[in-house]
Amino acid sequence: MNGANAALDRANQTAPGRPEQGSGEAPLVVLVGNPNVGKTTVFNRLTGQNARVGNYAGVTVERRPGRLRFEGEDRAAPVEVVDVPGCYSLSARSAEEQIAINAVLGLGGNPRPSLAVAVVDAGQLIRNLYLVLQLIELEVPLVVALNMIDEVAEDPPSPEALERLLGVPVVATSARQGIGLSELKRCIAEGLRHPPHGQVKLRYPEALERDLEALIAALPAQWRSSPGREHGLALWALTSIDERDELAGIDPSLRAACRQLQARANGRDLDDEVIATRYAFLDRQAAAIHIGIDEHVAKRAASERIDRVLLHPIYGFAIFLAVMLVVFQALFSWADPAIRLVERSTGWLQGLIGDVLPAGVVTDLLRDGIVGGVGNVIVFLPQILLLFFFISLLEDSGYMARIAFLMDRVMKSLGLHGRAFVPMLSGFACAVPAILATRTMERQRDRLLTMMVIPLMTCSARLPVYTLIIAALFPPVYGWVPVQGLLMVAMYVFSIAITLAAAAVLGRTVIQGENVPLILELPPYRVPDLRGTVRMMLERSSVFLREAGTVILACTIVLWALLSFPRAGATSSPHSLVQLDKAGSHIAAQRQATVENSWGGRLGHAIEPVLQPLGFDWKIGVGIIGAFAAREVFVSTMGIIYGIGDEDSPQPLRQRLKEERRPDGRPLYTPLVGLSLMIFFALACQCMSTLAVTRRETRTWRWPAFMFAYMTALAWCASFLVYQGGRLLGL
Amino acid sequence: MTLAHAHVGEKFTIERVGGERSFRRRLMELGLVPGTHVELIGVAPLGDPLEFLVRGCSLSIRKGEALWVAVTRDGKAAANCAAPPCVSGCGTCGK
Repeated sequence: MNGANAALDRANQTAPGRPEQGSGEAPLVVLVGNPNVGKTTVFNRLTGQNARVGNYAGVTVERRPGRLRFEGEDRAAPVEVVDVPGCYSLSARSAEEQIAINAVLGLGGNPRPSLAVAVVDAGQLIRNLYLVLQLIELEVPLVVALNMIDEVAEDPPSPEALERLLGVPVVATSARQGIGLSELKRCIAEGLRHPPHGQVKLRYPEALERDLEALIAALPAQWRSSPGREHGLALWALTSIDERDELAGIDPSLRAACRQLQARANGRDLDDEVIATRYAFLDRQAAAIHIGIDEHVAKRAASERIDRVLLHPIYGFAIFLAVMLVVFQALFSWADPAIRLVERSTGWLQGLIGDVLPAGVVTDLLRDGIVGGVGNVIVFLPQILLLFFFISLLEDSGYMARIAFLMDRVMKSLGLHGRAFVPMLSGFACAVPAILATRTMERQRDRLLTMMVIPLMTCSARLPVYTLIIAALFPPVYGWVPVQGLLMVAMYVFSIAITLAAAAVLGRTVIQGENVPLILELPPYRVPDLRGTVRMMLERSSVFLREAGTVILACTIVLWALLSFPRAGATSSPHSLVQLDKAGSHIAAQRQATVENSWGGRLGHAIEPVLQPLGFDWKIGVGIIGAFAAREVFVSTMGIIYGIGDEDSPQPLRQRLKEERRPDGRPLYTPLVGLSLMIFFALACQCMSTLAVTRRETRTWRWPAFMFAYMTALAWCASFLVYQGGRLLGL
Repeated sequence: MTLAHAHVGEKFTIERVGGERSFRRRLMELGLVPGTHVELIGVAPLGDPLEFLVRGCSLSIRKGEALWVAVTRDGKAAANCAAPPCVSGCGTCGK
């Protein structure tokens, strides 16, 4: 018996009225609500600054439990609060949608909550109450937070009337303005002592009730509970289960019963009967709880006026481009000083360690492996912080939905969602924050597809490699053609074309998925909540540091060892790959010998036969291995391999590359080899940090392994075609 | 007629939502049940998707899927294809 069943059984044994608990520890409260109702703000306000990030059982959707603190009362037992992903209803089709129902009911390995807090938008009450009705039908102990009450200040719905209608406590709140939160906490504390159950009883059509009885009989043993809850579960099963759903852990006999019912429906539309009954009830009651749809008109009108500009065919796109330009510019150049600072501090610390500690393996490990590795991790923080700053602003303001609206036509043709646009664009700066940013997409399949193609975008770490090759091997101009500039542009165009093609191909093969119809809510524009923004930035950064950072650090140490052992002589190599300074030619020669003799150097020799058809020799092979730490490290690795000490000036290395000869005397670095090498770097997944962060986001090594394999294969084939094709043409 | 044949600014009453089950279920759960009023308030600059006002909320679906939403035109505006441009070139309004 799995944990969920055990939890359910335990819960069933508890006397009615007692809080039902998941794991016997702190009582669990779940926050449920539609998207864009300020649920996360309520969560942040309730939990303060102490949320950790974990995962929902079995899926890669993040679970953020926080601790709820009650003021004034000396409750010894803390309460755990979890923010359930936003949903319009509990009926589910995909594994991701299933999370809401699993989290609320404590199924599928999730702990069973003692209480649910439904956060509803006071200005969108009817649609929000649809979800509340479902919760009540499932007999989930419930408290309703009538949120965003400040936005309907002129004509607010009455919490008392709503309370009378639903039979559960209703608190008017505005999480952003801090209104009603202590009252909400009081209600939660009270609700944990005496679980409030709703009183709504809907009258479904007779025929449907008979169908539900058949379904209730087919419910699996672990779903057995009170008659009301079983009725709710049967309704859920009826509207969720069919041949094409992707739900996990559904009992086969329940599946069969659902199939039978749908087959016997005989022209009746069961979904319609369920949903229309619920809406008919809500529409009937709307007058009683004092809500209409017109009260929202003022806010809507303002949003519509803004949209008239922001979604305008000309101004709209101009503003969109300007916004994207700011985001892009920020990632590219505003982050730069901070990145440089991190790099310089790392270099300084490495220098200090080299000066202070006696030379030896331990010193080298500390300096090049550990300090270098930590530097490799921290160096991503400026871009991650900046990107999530913008993403949070875009989401909160409501503009992200407009981006999806504007770009949907384009992204749809690639088999992607409109929300994939911002992460893809960020990929031009760096794949690591870009992959983290795919979190804004709801569907796992869309996220995965976007993640898999992002590393093909020309990130900023490729630029030093391109610059070295282009500057060393190509003339600035040929006649009146600006060769170098054109090549750089061509590399960008090439990467965009390949990314789009890869998305189209992968989306139809490896990461197949139905093209889910777009149903996009364009929420009213709101002023972003800066506290939430800061919290999101910090949370994302700490997750990155903790989970991807450790992998990056470990990889740095492995790479360091690969290029440092076995040692050439008794004396240690006094300088690292990454940090190079004031080295004389003697030191440079020694470093060259170390690398040549190292496992990495030998590996370079070993893979030479594979690289030869691309026009590369073993030295480039070593450079490619070293570049796994970060693509730009290729440049410094090549510097070491060619025994060039002074790293500040690129001239000696460029000169050296031009002079390098093959054994038969022909120059090694022809423009064709340069082109082949650039194509290789454009396509190969030469970045352990990208792989580490993909592993973090997909929670498996399978996808980073696939990413590495397909990109490397693609790179090899493309370079092969370029080099061999060029040779056939006599280049 | 269907929502895909709407003109910006026109108001309709939903008769039926068809199409693939998860799509129609989601639309209905968002409140687009028969008898609900909708208004086409905009079209994305690239011609797709469409933006509707339903129950005071702005929702966007693609033209291809709007074909599944059967509607009747509300009151006065009926059979009047005059002023606003037709979204999908329905062929009936002569634009």
